[in-house]
Amino acid sequence: MNMIVCCKQVLDPEAPPASFKIDPGSNQVVPPPGVPPVISPFDEQAVEAALRIKDSQGGKITVLSLGNKLLRDVVKKPLSMGADELVLLEDEAFEGGDSWSIAYALAMAIKKIGEFDLIFCGRQAADWDAGQVGSGIAEILGIPSVTVAKKVEAVDGKARVERVIADGYQVVEVTLPALITVSNELGEARYATLKGIMAAAKKQPTIWKPADIGVDPSQTGAAGRRTKLVKLFQPVREGKCEIIEADSPAEAAAGLAVKLREAKLI
Amino acid sequence: MAESKGVMVYGEIAEGKLASITTELLGGGRRLADESKEELLCILIGDQVGEAPQQAIASGADKVYTAEDPLLKEYQTDSYVAVMEQAVKDLSPRILLLGQTSVGRDLAPRLAFRLGASLSTDCLELSIDPDTKLLQQTRSVFGGNARAIFASESLPQIVTVRQKAMSPLEPDKSKKGEITPIKVELDPAKIRTKVIETVKEEVEGIKLEDAEAIVTGGRGIGGPEGFKQLEELAKALKGAVGASRPPCDNGWVPDTLQVGLTGKIVTPELYIAVALSGASQHLAGCSGAKNIIAINKDPEANIFKEARFGVVGDWKQLLPAFTEKVKELLAG
Ligand SMILES: Cc1cc2nc3c(=O)[nH]c(=O)nc-3n(C[C@H](O)[C@H](O)[C@H](O)COP(=O)(O)OP(=O)(O)OC[C@H]3O[C@@H](n4cnc5c(N)ncnc54)[C@H](O)[C@@H]3O)c2cc1C
Ligand SMILES: Nc1ncnc2c1ncn2[C@@H]1O[C@H](COP(=O)(O)O)[C@@H](O)[C@H]1O
Repeated sequence: MNMIVCCKQVLDPEAPPASFKIDPGSNQVVPPPGVPPVISPFDEQAVEAALRIKDSQGGKITVLSLGNKLLRDVVKKPLSMGADELVLLEDEAFEGGDSWSIAYALAMAIKKIGEFDLIFCGRQAADWDAGQVGSGIAEILGIPSVTVAKKVEAVDGKARVERVIADGYQVVEVTLPALITVSNELGEARYATLKGIMAAAKKQPTIWKPADIGVDPSQTGAAGRRTKLVKLFQPVREGKCEIIEADSPAEAAAGLAVKLREAKLI
Repeated sequence: MAESKGVMVYGEIAEGKLASITTELLGGGRRLADESKEELLCILIGDQVGEAPQQAIASGADKVYTAEDPLLKEYQTDSYVAVMEQAVKDLSPRILLLGQTSVGRDLAPRLAFRLGASLSTDCLELSIDPDTKLLQQTRSVFGGNARAIFASESLPQIVTVRQKAMSPLEPDKSKKGEITPIKVELDPAKIRTKVIETVKEEVEGIKLEDAEAIVTGGRGIGGPEGFKQLEELAKALKGAVGASRPPCDNGWVPDTLQVGLTGKIVTPELYIAVALSGASQHLAGCSGAKNIIAINKDPEANIFKEARFGVVGDWKQLLPAFTEKVKELLAG
């Protein structure tokens, strides 16, 4: 089973909300000091989905990350979890892309890798929360896609996928090759082992530039965008919380109930 | 392609009726269509669309297009994208609205890439820019920490809209509109997925999305037993129990109870958040609640910034007394 997993490096989405800042001049997020970036959490779970298949039936996992000045400690994490190879699409020209230009470059890189049965993506990247790139890659490659998976098994040239829906899940069978996007319901991604970390440290990623994957500069990064970012801003919160205090927890709790009654909320 | 015009809503049908997201989109779409003096179209796809077309007209649509075929019984990416691709090419709307639902999340990106069009997902607000006449698409980004306004560089402008972000119109049964079936030519060989089974994991009682009172527990509840206590309070309030992500991930409660960016979007009158920190991704699902009440042992917890009333303390000590007093007040 040849598997490819697309992993994006993002600002830590679980950094304290108070540390989140935007530079209005450049319409960009200011990375919070002292909080290192991470692999987008759903992408780690996409790696986990691939590893589970590798555990049960063997196979090879190639990880693809696109960006510029990617931190090796961050992007190598999937290797230390058990992935086999890392390909970085790393160049200034990849900066400022949107779902279109990113999906296009990733699809072209996947064509260059050539052999694959399953491609995994996260259901959405934890920065722009778009949830488009996976379906986009599948469309460009002309392969079927199943999104928001919580379980993936490969059997007889097909994948059997549990796809999360609002009130439960669906069991969907899809022909291979296929692209699957993974959700947190899959369960926690495994930790890197010491052995994995040592092996990852020795592995050198393959680095491809736009020309290596045959993407035209006009289709790359900011130049290949199909949406224009007009403005990025933080919503204002006017909230003011009234804290109910009392001598004992029981009294405070009863005080809260009385407050809710006075405010006609119960 | 013909000249692009009109606002099109992709309609969803649930249990033979228009889904609530669709009446919301028709309400929002009507406003956009009126502003740009265009028609509001609605497309309905399924094996049978039943009374939904009449309902769509009463909810604001001028024209309804229906695509019926046994192969369209269940949503599947390949078949639905094929029907939508043809419909959008034939009808060339300027704007296409879908819901940020299980279906919309899957259909919209694949369709956009097939058409070469742009897409903004999970939009909260839409307006027409008076200068460019283009759609200004405000969406939530960075887990709810920020908002971004996007504009499309090409037509059609496709967006998915968050549930409950728009208001439906009061249905007008006397409103007239056209209903036109569209011809579906599907090649079963090109449908590369097969739905083997659909498993519902609904909990008993009032649905989270419909509840006017919700009691939500977070990681600090510590296990499934604690949720029994939250249930007791929810029952007293004739409401429902929700959860932040960790209780779902840990299997304390079913995944379908998750509130947030990637869970349910709820807008109750009363939202009681117990032992959850108020991460932006959680607030994305509940910030539309009219009144948030927070119970948390950490006075610095982010949830207090969103709450109207709060108590600082251990929920284990607070909740029993709170539930008892609520019951007493409701009884008297
Ligand atoms: C892309 C993405 C999407 C996400 N989507 C969602 C989503 O849809 N929904 C969601 O909820 N999360 C989502 N998350 C996760 C989110 O970022 C937070 O990790 C999560 O919401 C935290 O849950 P929590 O508040 O229950 O836990 P914590 O942040 O751990 O907070 C626990 C709180 O409980 C309090 N506490 C502990 N013990 C007690 C006690 N005895 N009495 C009183 N208070 C106590 C603590 O003070 C603390 O504030 C998403 C994350 C990402 C990256
Ligand atoms: N720059 C990137 N590098 C690698 N994978 C990416 C990148 N951007 C998006 N992806 C993949 O596409 C998924 C969806 O991203 P998005 O459409 O941006 O929300 C992510 O979870 C990743 O699996």
